[in-house]
This record gives sequence, structure tokens and C-alpha cells, in this order.
Amino acid sequence: MQFGVIVFPGSNCDHDVYHAVGAVLGQPVEYIWHAEKSLRGFDCIILPGGFSYGDYLRAGAIARFANIMPAVVDFARRGGLVLGICNGFQILLEAGLLPGAMRKNDCLQFRCQDVYLKVENNHLPFTLKFKGGEVIRLPIAHGEGNYFADPATLAELEENGQVVFRYCTPAGEVTAAANPNGSVANIAGIVNREGNVLGLMPHPERAAEEILGNTDGLKLLASIVEWWEGGGRYGG
Amino acid sequence: MEDKPWREMGLTDEEYERICSLLGREPNHLELGMFAVMWSEHCSYKNSRPVLRLFPTKAPWVLQGPGENAGVVDIGDGQAVVFKIESHNHPSAIEPFQGAATGVGGIVRDIFAMGARPIALLDSLRFGPLSEPRNRYLFSGVVGGIAWYGNCLGLPTVGGEVYFDPSYSGNPLVNAMCIGLIEHQKLRRGLAAGVGNAVMLVGARTGRDGIHGATFASEELGEASESRRPAVQVGDPFREKLLVEACLALIEEDLLVGMQDLGAAGLTSAGSEMASRAGTGMELDVARVPRREEGMTPYEVMLSESQERMLVVPRRGCEERVREILERWDLEATVIGRVTADGSFRILEADKVVAEVPVRALTSDCPVYKRERRRPDYLEALQQYDLSALPEPGDYNRVLLDLLGSPNIASKEWVYRQYDFMVRTDTVVGPGSDAAVLRIKGAKKGLALTTDGNGRYCYLDPEMGGAIAVAEAARNLSCCGARPLAITNCLNFGNPEKPEVAWQFYHVVLGMSRACEALETPVTGGNVSFYNETGGKAIYPTPVVGMVGLLSDVSRRCTQGFRQEGDVIVLLGETLDEIGGSEYLAVVHGLVAGRPPRLDLDKEKRVQQVVRAAIQQGLVEAAHDCAEGGLAVALAEMALSGNLGARVDLSGDLPPSRFLFSESQSRVLLAARPEKAGEVLALAKAAGVAATGIGFCGGDRVVISHRGTGLIDLALEEMAAKWRGSLPNCLG
Repeated sequence: MQFGVIVFPGSNCDHDVYHAVGAVLGQPVEYIWHAEKSLRGFDCIILPGGFSYGDYLRAGAIARFANIMPAVVDFARRGGLVLGICNGFQILLEAGLLPGAMRKNDCLQFRCQDVYLKVENNHLPFTLKFKGGEVIRLPIAHGEGNYFADPATLAELEENGQVVFRYCTPAGEVTAAANPNGSVANIAGIVNREGNVLGLMPHPERAAEEILGNTDGLKLLASIVEWWEGGGRYGG
Repeated sequence: MEDKPWREMGLTDEEYERICSLLGREPNHLELGMFAVMWSEHCSYKNSRPVLRLFPTKAPWVLQGPGENAGVVDIGDGQAVVFKIESHNHPSAIEPFQGAATGVGGIVRDIFAMGARPIALLDSLRFGPLSEPRNRYLFSGVVGGIAWYGNCLGLPTVGGEVYFDPSYSGNPLVNAMCIGLIEHQKLRRGLAAGVGNAVMLVGARTGRDGIHGATFASEELGEASESRRPAVQVGDPFREKLLVEACLALIEEDLLVGMQDLGAAGLTSAGSEMASRAGTGMELDVARVPRREEGMTPYEVMLSESQERMLVVPRRGCEERVREILERWDLEATVIGRVTADGSFRILEADKVVAEVPVRALTSDCPVYKRERRRPDYLEALQQYDLSALPEPGDYNRVLLDLLGSPNIASKEWVYRQYDFMVRTDTVVGPGSDAAVLRIKGAKKGLALTTDGNGRYCYLDPEMGGAIAVAEAARNLSCCGARPLAITNCLNFGNPEKPEVAWQFYHVVLGMSRACEALETPVTGGNVSFYNETGGKAIYPTPVVGMVGLLSDVSRRCTQGFRQEGDVIVLLGETLDEIGGSEYLAVVHGLVAGRPPRLDLDKEKRVQQVVRAAIQQGLVEAAHDCAEGGLAVALAEMALSGNLGARVDLSGDLPPSRFLFSESQSRVLLAARPEKAGEVLALAKAAGVAATGIGFCGGDRVVISHRGTGLIDLALEEMAAKWRGSLPNCLG
């Protein structure tokens, strides 16, 4: 399964996700320069974390105009798997591939810490290795991760099972205290209606090896491969 | 004053005379400005150089000692670590956010200037008490600035320290350390070699910011300092990220003869230093320097400290390829001059020569001052202070809680949760333990990193304090299982023209040198920051030691948190009646007095060897050194970090305040499985190190007794509330 990691100016988790997919998961992976225009030959596209274009103006707001983005939109519309992590999630929102918007954390500071997440939808190519309602632990590291969607959009997300990860306590309770950034409904990650575009603020690639003390994130990446190898295909 | 413009620029009349005699004429305004910045303490080390010669700088594993952009040590397998620490105190005192941010930016450029990929940051910070609003503003601003710059760069900030003391009110210390990784053959030096080679300026455009920053850094802070705000640079971490990637690509393709960052004194310093190292000359045309603003004079261009710029000398014929790579990263690369043979630093504006001075006059002919030294008067009274007359506290639980809540000891989570300490996925021990540990992808080994320096000890006994700074840094690394390799240091002092400060400086360096010698950790470089004074009052003499260590097997790393019920707790070393300069004395008795604890370097070395051997042989579950707050605090920290209690019983004939809170050196607490505790004790015995089993891990309380009589009995929860809650509470 061929993975591609898009490198925007200012991406800084590109090496990390490349390492997790390539060296840890053993899958073919290539960097894709932001100035490219085609995604031919790729089976899954990852938009990595970082500060694309310095996050000047607003996180992800400039990256959505990068040369590669029309190809990403096209790839997604045709059913290709797209995973946006942290800054990648912010870019997917700005590009309109996922609904809602990101605000500054309610504490107004950057937050780097482990969080617990409830897997709300395990029927996706990204989550099939998780149990439904499973509580997992992943690191976050962001200053603008306060997800917002208007009530109508939120209702739609909930109804369609598009809320994939929610911040929770270690016991799985979705509480205000477990919410690190003020996100509406404790949302940490969402998927598009078709189920092929996932955005999440936590970093699965930082929890993909025993030596890092946590492999919960590897399960997410490995789900993608399992789904693909099981013959999973979207669109075409 | 009007007819003596050099004074305005920080030069003395004698220095001006010397410039005239070096040139054989009076310098013009630009030349004078260039001399002023290059002969500032910050660039010339004119007050410190003779003393710095005391430092040992050599070992078989040291590939590059002082004098380059950064030090380099070999870590085997053809790999090396590049590292350096630098201060950004004065800018941070005026504009904390940008001051700290550009401090990070500057030290990172020093690392990739050597060709190394920057892999981690540490920050050593000192502020006045958080009860004062100004200090809270400085503290939050500095932390915010470091977070903003480091996080955007994608460099994990993995460690450091924060201390608070009234001596730093108004003059905070912001020392930033960066570590890089490189393969030996890719090492580059800041050389302008090869006569006729082009000199290219790459990265950001040049603006009017930071002019005379180096001079500003070399004077005392006063009421006029606020007007120095324009001398503080403004950072752009996004551009620096692009610059890192672009410059590493230049190294990867082997396009360069030399590279140097533009930091203090901008083009003037980068150009003259590169030529000086290579024994060449350089000609620069300011008209070709891309500007951010119109109407800049040659003076402003040559002295600008605009950030995110590098000076590179490409191999002949590679200029175009350099430009292509920079363009790929949306950055400019412009040929602004060439390397010459005549040893002259010639500045042109188009075809007009606007300055011409010998390179060596700028870089090497600065006068060196051997400052008069005098033992400060305050020492006698403070060292003789009768600490034995102080009353014993009535409630040791209360004392331990107060110590855990002291901002100097309290958890620094409020700070490090604002730093991305995980990016690059190499951080296997993050902030909050004795040292940070990084794995190296594809290798078995790991790196351990720490910073250390106790200003209070140095104030009370500069030589002992200096030695302890080095010893404790090494002890921190040993507690992770790493072998200490070498240090970089930031020497933060008051005005060296005052004999008392010069005396402190000399003795701190002497103490550090002895410890470096004994522990085989040579000095590979660093930075001196003088003139840390406000209202004529100097800060505590504060050396900050940044140390790098090597773990041969990173899977054998050790951390400080207790791990399992029933583990035996072993104390290595002895507790003596040493509360001088302690946190206990400051918190409970409101005193900074007495002599700091004594350091026996031979004993220190043996204790550390035992700790490393025990960890490497897999005998140890947790290790932590006894530092501020003594044994009781160390025990509490191990329990809190591991969320597992402990029960210990101590013997000895000291008053309880001493064996609980004395800060005696060369002590380490270990936890070992019961079946392995015997081997730990045997290792210690063989090395002639005192070792005592003092208790066991278990439960959810920390209980300390003395020969069966209870002294401390506290629930983890209650201690955690104090320890974790302190900084957030102080900051509201």
C-alpha cells in the first residue's frame, strides 16, 4: 500500500509520520512536495502536523492554497484515503474537506500532553482495529485545537457517526475536565460523511513504538493497512 | 560627549586610541560602529578570556572545542553531537517574548551552521519571585516565546530548569541550549576559505532591527534600558524552519566551504570571524544586501541583527545550485561579496569603499582586561552565620509540603506542557526527570541531556558552587545511566569591572574547571554574559552547565519514579550537617546564608560510577539524585513521579532538619528489586561508597521516621496538590 506524506513549508511532523509508516509499519511511503500537482500512484495521503506557512493568519489557512491541494481535494472526492493530523486536520478544515473550524485553545496556551480518547466509530478504514467505545491514549501538541461546529453541523456529525474520537477520562467519561482545549462536544477527530477523510488533533505517529511508551497510535495506522489489504476500496 | 562618539557606542577612550593606532588613522563612523560591536564583551570576551583559559577543553572524544559556532563530541559509529548554550538575558528583560524566542533562534543557527541537524532544545531560566507582577509577566512571556519559536521549528524542548530568587528580579536569565546530530564527514566550520570564492547571504532580508544588540548585551540594565527595545530583534520561526532545511540540503549536496550564522553584530561579526578563522580577507558590498526597509545606511546594514540569516561561502561554481535550493524553500540567496587574500575586511557601497579594516583588528586585537579581583565583603558574615542556633521546625510534614510548593522545587509542568517535547519522536525521557533522554533512530544508543547551576551556592562560595554545578549535571546524567561526555556553559555574572564580580567569576570558573577535570567532562564552548545588574546590584553569580551524556544501550535508561511495591530504597552517599544555602533555609527561615555543601570530587566520581554500573547491569528500577530540598524532597519526587509511596527509616545523630533537608552532595537514591538490592550494596562497597538500605516502596503515602520515631507521614495526594499546584497558583 503506497502512502504519501505531503510536505508543506513549515510541516514538522512529516519525518515522524514517514518513520512510523515506513520503518515501523513497513509500508512504502514517499514525501510529496507541496508544489506538486498530482497524487497518481498513492493509496493513502497524510497531511502531517507542524506549522505550515508558520500558521500565520490562521492555522492551515494558507496551506489550503498550496499547489497540491486541488489534487488532494480531487483524491478525496474520488474516495482516496486522506488522514490529516494536527496541522493536517486544520488544513482539511480550511480546505472544506471536513466541516467546522478551529479556534485557539480555550486556555490560550500551547498544550503538549497525553490525552485519553474514546473511539466513537470503529467502522472506518482508520479505526477498524479498535473496539467500539475503546479508550486509547495519544499525545496532543497544539495551540489551536479548539474544534467548533455550529449546532446544525454538529447534529449532523453526531447523527452520521462522523465524530470518531472524543476527549475523555481514563475511564472513558466524556467530561469538561478531560477536554484539553475547549472543543465542542469534546471532539478530537472527525471523518467526512463518506468515511474516507479523517482529521484528528492527537498524534498517532508519536505513539507507534514500544520505546515511546505507547503503541495506541500504531493501531490507527495499521487499521488503514488492514482495511486496504482486506480489499477495502472507496470510489475509484 | 558629542566629540567622543565612541563612548556612546560603549568603547573607552583607551580603546579608541588603540583602534586609531591599529588603523594608523581615525576610523570613520561605520568602522567605529564595527569595532564597537566586535570589541563588546559579548563578541570579544575581553574581560573573560584570560580566566576561561582555566577550562579543560580536550579529551579523545572532543572533536571540536571552544572557538567555533558550537562544540562537537564523538558518540561512535561515525556520529557526533553538536551542542551549545547561549544567553539572551538582556533582550528578555526588556521584551520577554521576542527576547526568549530569538534566543532560541540564535542557538539553533549555531548548531546547523556546523552542518548538524538540530534535534532538541533545553532552557535554563531564572526570575525574581512570582509574587511580583513584573516577574510573572517576564516568566510567562519568556516561556511563551520559547514555546512559540521552538514548537514552530519542530524542535522538542526536552528539559532545562527554572529557579526563582529576588536576585534575578529585573534581570532574568534566559539561557537556551541546542543539540544537533551529525555524521563526522559532514561537519562544517565557519571558514571563508578559497580566495575568490563568493560570499552569499541567505535567508531573511535585512532590516533595522537589533542594531547594537551586542553592545546592549554588554552594559548594565537601568532606567534607560526600556529605550533599548529597538535593539531587541524580532523572530520568525517559520522562516528559520525553512532556513534549517535549506542549509542542511546545502550540506547534504556538499556545496559549501563554510557557513556561519548571523547573530550578535550581524554581518560585521559573521564576515570578519569567517575570514579570521581562514586567515583570509573579505570584501562585502552592502548595496547587494537585500533589504526589508528602504534608505538603510551601510552602518545599519553592517550592524543589523535581523534574524534568520546565514552567511555561506559556496564551493567555486556552486553559487547557482545554492540559489536553487534556497529558492525551493522560498528563501533568497544573494552573492554579496568575495573572499580576498589581503586580510582586510573591506565594505563597499556599490563601487565606493565605505570601510576598510584589518580582519584581525576586529577579531583578535581587542584589548584583553585582567580585571582586579577582590573577595566580596559580604562573604565573611554570610559564611560564618551560625546556623546551629536556628530552631528546629515543629512540624516536618508542614516543612516538606512548603518545600514541595516552593516554585524552585515544585513541578514545572506549567512550563513544559507549553513546549512540544515529543516532536521528532525521539524523546524517550521527557521533562520532569533528572535528565532528558533521546533515542537515536536506527541505533542502540541514546543521548542524555541536562542543564544545571545553583546561583545561591555560587553566591555563598563561588568555587564550591561552580564545582557543584558541573558535578550535579553529571550526576543527573548518571542517574539516567548515561556516561557524561562534555559540557557547554553560560556564565551569567554582574559587571566584571567591579573587583568583587571579577573575583566571583574567577572562582566559579576555577571550581567548574576542577570538576570538569575530575569528572572528565571538558568544556566545548559556551558564552559569557556579564553586566547582569539592575540598579547597580548584580545577580547571583550563575554558571549554567549544559551537559551531554551517552547511553550505550538506551533500553537500559533509568528514570526517577518508583515502579513497584516492595522495591528496596538505597541511599548512596552520606548526609552531613549541610543546610547552608539550602532551599530549606530559604523557605523555612528566610535565609540565604552559611556555606554551601562540600563537594569531594573523588567521592562524587565513585558514587556516579556505582549508579551507572548498577543501571547498566539492570539492578535498578529508579534513580534520583538528592538536590534542592535534600533527601526528603528527593524521596517525595520519586514517589510523586511514580505515583507510588514509600516508607523509610533513617539513622544517624543529626537533628531531623538536617538528615531530611540537608543538601549534602554526592548522594543518590536508588530503588531495586529485593533480590537485587544485595548486588547494589556490594557494588557500592567495592567502590568504597557508603550505601544504606533505608526502606521500601509501597502504598500511597510517604512515611519517614528516625530510628522508629515518626517525622513525616503524608498522602501522595496531598503532596501532589502542593507540588503540581504551586506554579499554576502563583500565576493565577
